Amino acid sequence: MRFGVVRFPGSNCEQDVVIAARYLGFDVGYVWHGDTDLAGFDAIVLPGGFSYGDYIRTGAVARFSPVMAEVVRFAERGGPVLGICNGFQILTEAHMLPGAMLRNRGLKFICETVPLRVEPSVCQWVGVPAGTVVRIPINHNEGNYTVDAETLARLEAGGQVVLRYCEPDGTRAPGGSAPNGAFDDIAGICNERGNVFGLMPHPERVVDPEANGTDGQSFFRAIVERMAAV
Amino acid sequence: MAHYEIFVTYKRGIFDPPGATAARALDSLGYAEVESVKIGKYIRLEVADGPDELTRVREMCDKLLANPVIEDYRIVEAEGPVSAG
Repeated sequence: MRFGVVRFPGSNCEQDVVIAARYLGFDVGYVWHGDTDLAGFDAIVLPGGFSYGDYIRTGAVARFSPVMAEVVRFAERGGPVLGICNGFQILTEAHMLPGAMLRNRGLKFICETVPLRVEPSVCQWVGVPAGTVVRIPINHNEGNYTVDAETLARLEAGGQVVLRYCEPDGTRAPGGSAPNGAFDDIAGICNERGNVFGLMPHPERVVDPEANGTDGQSFFRAIVERMAAV
Repeated sequence: MAHYEIFVTYKRGIFDPPGATAARALDSLGYAEVESVKIGKYIRLEVADGPDELTRVREMCDKLLANPVIEDYRIVEAEGPVSAG
Protein backbone atom coordinates (compact mmCIF):
# COMPACT_ATOMS: atom_id res chain seq x y z
CA MET A 1 0.00 0.00 0.00
CA ARG A 2 1.68 3.16 -1.22
CA PHE A 3 0.28 6.72 -1.09
CA GLY A 4 1.12 9.12 -3.91
CA VAL A 5 1.03 12.82 -3.05
CA VAL A 6 0.70 15.10 -6.07
CA ARG A 7 2.89 18.20 -6.23
CA PHE A 8 1.44 21.06 -8.23
CA PRO A 9 3.30 24.36 -8.64
CA GLY A 10 2.15 26.18 -5.50
CA SER A 11 1.25 23.12 -3.43
CA ASN A 12 2.54 23.67 0.10
CA CYS A 13 1.08 20.90 2.26
CA GLU A 14 2.46 17.90 0.38
CA GLN A 15 5.28 17.39 2.88
CA ASP A 16 2.78 17.38 5.76
CA VAL A 17 0.94 14.51 4.08
CA VAL A 18 4.15 12.59 3.48
CA ILE A 19 5.27 13.10 7.08
CA ALA A 20 1.84 12.05 8.40
CA ALA A 21 1.78 8.89 6.25
CA ARG A 22 5.30 7.95 7.36
CA TYR A 23 4.41 8.62 11.00
CA LEU A 24 1.62 6.07 10.64
CA GLY A 25 4.08 3.63 9.09
CA PHE A 26 2.76 3.84 5.53
CA ASP A 27 4.76 3.92 2.33
CA VAL A 28 4.44 7.21 0.46
CA GLY A 29 5.99 9.11 -2.43
CA TYR A 30 5.56 12.27 -4.46
CA VAL A 31 3.87 12.49 -7.84
CA TRP A 32 4.85 15.35 -10.17
CA HIS A 33 1.98 17.32 -11.74
CA GLY A 34 3.45 16.62 -15.18
CA ASP A 35 3.46 12.85 -14.67
CA THR A 36 1.04 10.73 -16.65
CA ASP A 37 1.63 7.44 -14.91
CA LEU A 38 0.41 6.51 -11.42
CA ALA A 39 1.74 2.95 -11.54
CA GLY A 40 2.90 1.78 -8.14
CA PHE A 41 0.52 3.98 -6.17
CA ASP A 42 -2.55 2.59 -4.39
CA ALA A 43 -4.05 5.87 -3.15
CA ILE A 44 -3.62 9.42 -4.42
CA VAL A 45 -3.66 12.57 -2.30
CA LEU A 46 -4.13 16.07 -3.75
CA PRO A 47 -2.62 18.26 -1.02
CA GLY A 48 -3.36 21.76 0.19
CA GLY A 49 -1.71 24.89 -1.06
CA PHE A 50 -2.19 27.53 -3.72
CA SER A 51 -1.77 25.61 -6.96
CA TYR A 52 -0.98 27.97 -9.84
CA GLY A 53 -1.33 30.91 -7.47
CA ASP A 54 -5.11 30.30 -7.21
CA TYR A 55 -5.38 32.33 -10.43
CA ILE A 56 -8.75 32.44 -12.21
CA ARG A 57 -10.32 30.32 -9.44
CA THR A 58 -8.83 28.00 -6.83
CA GLY A 59 -7.98 24.71 -8.53
CA ALA A 60 -9.11 25.92 -11.96
CA VAL A 61 -5.71 25.62 -13.60
CA ALA A 62 -4.43 22.60 -11.66
CA ARG A 63 -7.30 20.47 -12.94
CA PHE A 64 -5.76 20.69 -16.43
CA SER A 65 -2.35 19.45 -15.25
CA PRO A 66 -1.28 16.34 -17.18
CA VAL A 67 -1.49 14.21 -14.03
CA MET A 68 -5.17 15.01 -13.50
CA ALA A 69 -6.37 13.01 -16.53
CA GLU A 70 -4.66 10.02 -14.94
CA VAL A 71 -6.13 10.81 -11.49
CA VAL A 72 -9.60 10.80 -13.11
CA ARG A 73 -8.94 7.36 -14.68
CA PHE A 74 -7.50 6.09 -11.38
CA ALA A 75 -10.67 7.18 -9.55
CA GLU A 76 -12.93 5.68 -12.24
CA ARG A 77 -11.22 2.33 -11.68
CA GLY A 78 -12.13 2.70 -7.99
CA GLY A 79 -8.74 3.95 -6.80
CA PRO A 80 -8.96 6.00 -3.61
CA VAL A 81 -8.39 9.75 -4.03
CA LEU A 82 -8.22 12.27 -1.19
CA GLY A 83 -8.36 16.02 -1.84
CA ILE A 84 -7.41 18.21 1.11
CA CYS A 85 -8.24 21.93 1.04
CA ASN A 86 -6.81 23.08 -2.32
CA GLY A 87 -7.04 19.40 -3.30
CA PHE A 88 -10.80 19.52 -2.60
CA GLN A 89 -11.06 22.71 -4.66
CA ILE A 90 -9.28 20.92 -7.53
CA LEU A 91 -11.68 17.94 -7.27
CA THR A 92 -14.72 20.24 -7.61
CA GLU A 93 -13.16 22.13 -10.53
CA ALA A 94 -12.42 18.79 -12.20
CA HIS A 95 -16.08 17.78 -11.62
CA MET A 96 -14.89 14.72 -9.73
CA LEU A 97 -17.03 16.05 -6.88
CA PRO A 98 -20.12 18.27 -7.25
CA GLY A 99 -20.48 21.89 -6.14
CA ALA A 100 -17.98 24.73 -6.01
CA MET A 101 -16.11 26.95 -3.57
CA LEU A 102 -16.82 30.61 -2.88
CA ARG A 103 -14.83 33.11 -0.83
CA ASN A 104 -15.35 32.71 2.92
CA ARG A 105 -18.46 34.57 4.09
CA GLY A 106 -16.52 37.14 6.12
CA LEU A 107 -13.85 37.54 3.39
CA LYS A 108 -11.24 36.50 5.95
CA PHE A 109 -8.64 33.78 5.59
CA ILE A 110 -9.52 31.40 8.43
CA CYS A 111 -6.87 29.42 10.28
CA GLU A 112 -8.22 27.58 13.32
CA THR A 113 -8.94 24.13 14.68
CA VAL A 114 -12.65 23.39 14.40
CA PRO A 115 -15.03 20.67 15.54
CA LEU A 116 -16.47 18.51 12.77
CA ARG A 117 -19.17 15.88 12.91
CA VAL A 118 -18.65 12.65 11.00
CA GLU A 119 -21.89 12.03 9.09
CA PRO A 120 -23.26 8.63 8.08
CA SER A 121 -21.69 8.17 4.65
CA VAL A 122 -20.37 5.71 2.09
CA CYS A 123 -16.93 7.32 2.28
CA GLN A 124 -14.12 4.76 2.16
CA TRP A 125 -11.77 7.16 3.95
CA VAL A 126 -13.80 7.19 7.18
CA GLY A 127 -12.84 4.88 10.02
CA VAL A 128 -14.86 6.23 12.95
CA PRO A 129 -18.59 5.83 13.68
CA ALA A 130 -21.11 8.40 12.42
CA GLY A 131 -21.73 11.04 15.06
CA THR A 132 -18.12 11.17 16.18
CA VAL A 133 -16.88 14.74 16.67
CA VAL A 134 -13.29 15.30 15.50
CA ARG A 135 -11.16 18.42 15.83
CA ILE A 136 -9.13 19.29 12.74
CA PRO A 137 -7.55 22.57 11.59
CA ILE A 138 -8.92 24.53 8.66
CA ASN A 139 -6.71 26.96 6.80
CA HIS A 140 -8.32 28.62 3.79
CA ASN A 141 -9.83 31.65 2.10
CA GLU A 142 -12.19 29.81 -0.28
CA GLY A 143 -13.95 27.11 1.71
CA ASN A 144 -17.47 28.41 1.43
CA TYR A 145 -18.89 25.33 -0.27
CA THR A 146 -21.93 25.87 -2.43
CA VAL A 147 -24.18 23.40 -4.19
CA ASP A 148 -27.70 23.58 -5.59
CA ALA A 149 -30.57 22.15 -3.52
CA GLU A 150 -31.22 19.30 -5.95
CA THR A 151 -27.61 18.12 -5.84
CA LEU A 152 -27.53 18.44 -2.06
CA ALA A 153 -30.62 16.20 -1.81
CA ARG A 154 -28.82 13.66 -4.01
CA LEU A 155 -25.69 13.89 -1.86
CA GLU A 156 -27.73 13.37 1.31
CA ALA A 157 -29.65 10.43 -0.12
CA GLY A 158 -26.48 8.78 -1.38
CA GLY A 159 -24.57 9.17 1.89
CA GLN A 160 -22.06 11.50 0.23
CA VAL A 161 -21.97 14.23 2.90
CA VAL A 162 -19.03 13.06 5.00
CA LEU A 163 -18.16 15.90 7.39
CA ARG A 164 -20.06 18.89 8.73
CA TYR A 165 -18.86 21.85 10.75
CA CYS A 166 -20.55 21.67 14.15
CA GLU A 167 -20.47 22.96 17.71
CA PRO A 168 -18.08 21.29 20.19
CA ASP A 169 -20.90 19.00 21.40
CA GLY A 170 -21.70 17.83 17.87
CA THR A 171 -24.89 19.86 17.40
CA ARG A 172 -25.29 22.41 14.63
CA ALA A 173 -26.07 26.03 15.47
CA PRO A 174 -29.41 27.28 14.06
CA GLY A 175 -27.61 29.97 12.05
CA GLY A 176 -25.00 27.50 10.82
CA SER A 177 -21.78 26.26 12.42
CA ALA A 178 -19.49 26.73 9.42
CA PRO A 179 -16.98 29.52 10.12
CA ASN A 180 -16.64 30.05 6.36
CA GLY A 181 -20.38 30.12 5.58
CA ALA A 182 -20.37 26.75 3.79
CA PHE A 183 -23.82 25.69 2.62
CA ASP A 184 -25.51 23.34 5.08
CA ASP A 185 -22.28 23.33 7.16
CA ILE A 186 -20.63 21.01 4.63
CA ALA A 187 -16.90 20.47 5.23
CA GLY A 188 -16.32 17.28 3.24
CA ILE A 189 -18.09 15.19 0.61
CA CYS A 190 -17.40 12.05 -1.39
CA ASN A 191 -18.46 10.63 -4.75
CA GLU A 192 -21.14 7.95 -5.14
CA ARG A 193 -18.71 5.07 -4.72
CA GLY A 194 -17.07 6.70 -1.71
CA ASN A 195 -13.52 6.36 -3.06
CA VAL A 196 -13.08 10.07 -3.90
CA PHE A 197 -13.15 12.27 -0.80
CA GLY A 198 -12.67 16.02 -0.62
CA LEU A 199 -12.51 18.04 2.59
CA MET A 200 -11.45 21.54 3.58
CA PRO A 201 -9.92 20.60 6.97
CA HIS A 202 -6.35 19.24 7.12
CA PRO A 203 -6.34 15.75 8.72
CA GLU A 204 -2.61 15.36 7.97
CA ARG A 205 -1.88 18.09 10.53
CA VAL A 206 -3.42 16.14 13.41
CA VAL A 207 -1.66 12.81 13.03
CA ASP A 208 1.43 13.23 15.21
CA PRO A 209 0.27 13.79 18.84
CA GLU A 210 3.13 16.25 19.27
CA ALA A 211 1.36 18.48 16.76
CA ASN A 212 -2.08 19.25 18.16
CA GLY A 213 -3.84 15.91 18.26
CA THR A 214 -4.50 12.65 16.53
CA ASP A 215 -7.99 13.10 15.09
CA GLY A 216 -6.63 12.94 11.55
CA GLN A 217 -5.13 9.47 11.89
CA SER A 218 -8.34 7.51 11.31
CA PHE A 219 -8.82 8.77 7.74
CA PHE A 220 -5.47 7.42 6.55
CA ARG A 221 -5.79 4.22 8.55
CA ALA A 222 -9.31 3.60 7.24
CA ILE A 223 -8.28 3.59 3.59
CA VAL A 224 -5.24 1.39 4.28
CA GLU A 225 -7.40 -1.14 6.14
CA ARG A 226 -10.01 -1.08 3.41
CA MET A 227 -7.41 -1.61 0.68
CA ALA A 228 -5.89 -4.47 2.66
CA ALA A 229 -9.32 -6.10 2.99
CA VAL A 230 -10.12 -5.95 -0.75
CA MET B 1 -7.07 40.51 -34.62
CA ALA B 2 -10.33 40.47 -32.71
CA HIS B 3 -10.93 41.86 -29.26
CA TYR B 4 -13.28 40.38 -26.72
CA GLU B 5 -14.36 41.57 -23.32
CA ILE B 6 -15.66 38.91 -20.96
CA PHE B 7 -17.68 39.68 -17.84
CA VAL B 8 -17.90 36.82 -15.33
CA THR B 9 -20.52 37.09 -12.59
CA TYR B 10 -22.11 34.74 -10.09
CA LYS B 11 -25.28 33.04 -11.21
CA ARG B 12 -28.55 34.23 -9.72
CA GLY B 13 -28.99 32.74 -6.26
CA ILE B 14 -25.28 32.20 -5.63
CA PHE B 15 -24.12 34.19 -2.62
CA ASP B 16 -21.43 36.72 -3.55
CA PRO B 17 -19.35 37.41 -0.40
CA PRO B 18 -17.34 40.38 -1.80
CA GLY B 19 -20.53 41.93 -3.25
CA ALA B 20 -22.42 41.53 0.03
CA THR B 21 -19.54 43.09 1.94
CA ALA B 22 -19.34 46.04 -0.46
CA ALA B 23 -23.12 46.55 -0.12
CA ARG B 24 -22.82 46.71 3.67
CA ALA B 25 -19.86 49.09 3.44
CA LEU B 26 -21.73 51.41 1.06
CA ASP B 27 -24.72 51.40 3.39
CA SER B 28 -22.52 52.34 6.35
CA LEU B 29 -21.09 55.20 4.25
CA GLY B 30 -24.61 56.58 3.94
CA TYR B 31 -25.49 55.28 0.46
CA ALA B 32 -28.78 53.82 1.62
CA GLU B 33 -30.10 53.78 -1.97
CA VAL B 34 -27.84 50.85 -2.88
CA GLU B 35 -30.04 47.74 -3.00
CA SER B 36 -27.42 45.21 -4.01
CA VAL B 37 -23.86 44.92 -5.23
CA LYS B 38 -22.50 42.13 -7.40
CA ILE B 39 -18.78 41.84 -7.93
CA GLY B 40 -17.40 39.87 -10.84
CA LYS B 41 -14.39 39.57 -13.10
CA TYR B 42 -13.38 41.37 -16.24
CA ILE B 43 -11.27 39.50 -18.77
CA ARG B 44 -9.97 40.90 -22.04
CA LEU B 45 -8.83 38.69 -24.90
CA GLU B 46 -7.00 39.44 -28.12
CA VAL B 47 -7.63 36.63 -30.56
CA ALA B 48 -6.19 35.95 -33.99
CA ASP B 49 -8.91 36.02 -36.67
CA GLY B 50 -10.39 32.63 -37.46
CA PRO B 51 -13.59 31.05 -38.77
CA ASP B 52 -15.03 29.76 -35.48
CA GLU B 53 -13.55 32.44 -33.27
CA LEU B 54 -16.59 33.19 -31.11
CA THR B 55 -17.38 29.50 -30.63
CA ARG B 56 -13.85 28.96 -29.40
CA VAL B 57 -14.03 31.97 -27.05
CA ARG B 58 -17.24 30.49 -25.59
CA GLU B 59 -15.45 27.19 -25.17
CA MET B 60 -12.61 28.97 -23.33
CA CYS B 61 -15.17 30.47 -20.96
CA ASP B 62 -16.90 27.13 -20.32
CA LYS B 63 -13.66 25.26 -19.80
CA LEU B 64 -11.48 27.65 -17.85
CA LEU B 65 -12.39 31.32 -17.57
CA ALA B 66 -15.73 30.75 -15.81
CA ASN B 67 -17.08 27.90 -13.71
CA PRO B 68 -20.52 27.08 -15.13
CA VAL B 69 -21.53 25.54 -11.79
CA ILE B 70 -21.61 28.97 -10.11
CA GLU B 71 -20.89 31.60 -12.76
CA ASP B 72 -22.44 33.17 -15.84
CA TYR B 73 -20.45 35.05 -18.43
CA ARG B 74 -21.15 37.63 -21.08
CA ILE B 75 -18.92 38.08 -24.12
CA VAL B 76 -18.77 41.47 -25.79
CA GLU B 77 -17.04 41.76 -29.12
CA ALA B 78 -15.19 45.07 -29.24
CA GLU B 79 -14.38 47.04 -32.40
CA GLY B 80 -10.76 47.60 -31.59
CA PRO B 81 -8.50 47.67 -28.55
CA VAL B 82 -10.96 48.13 -25.70
CA SER B 83 -8.73 50.11 -23.41
CA ALA B 84 -5.17 51.22 -23.07
CA GLY B 85 -2.54 48.86 -21.70
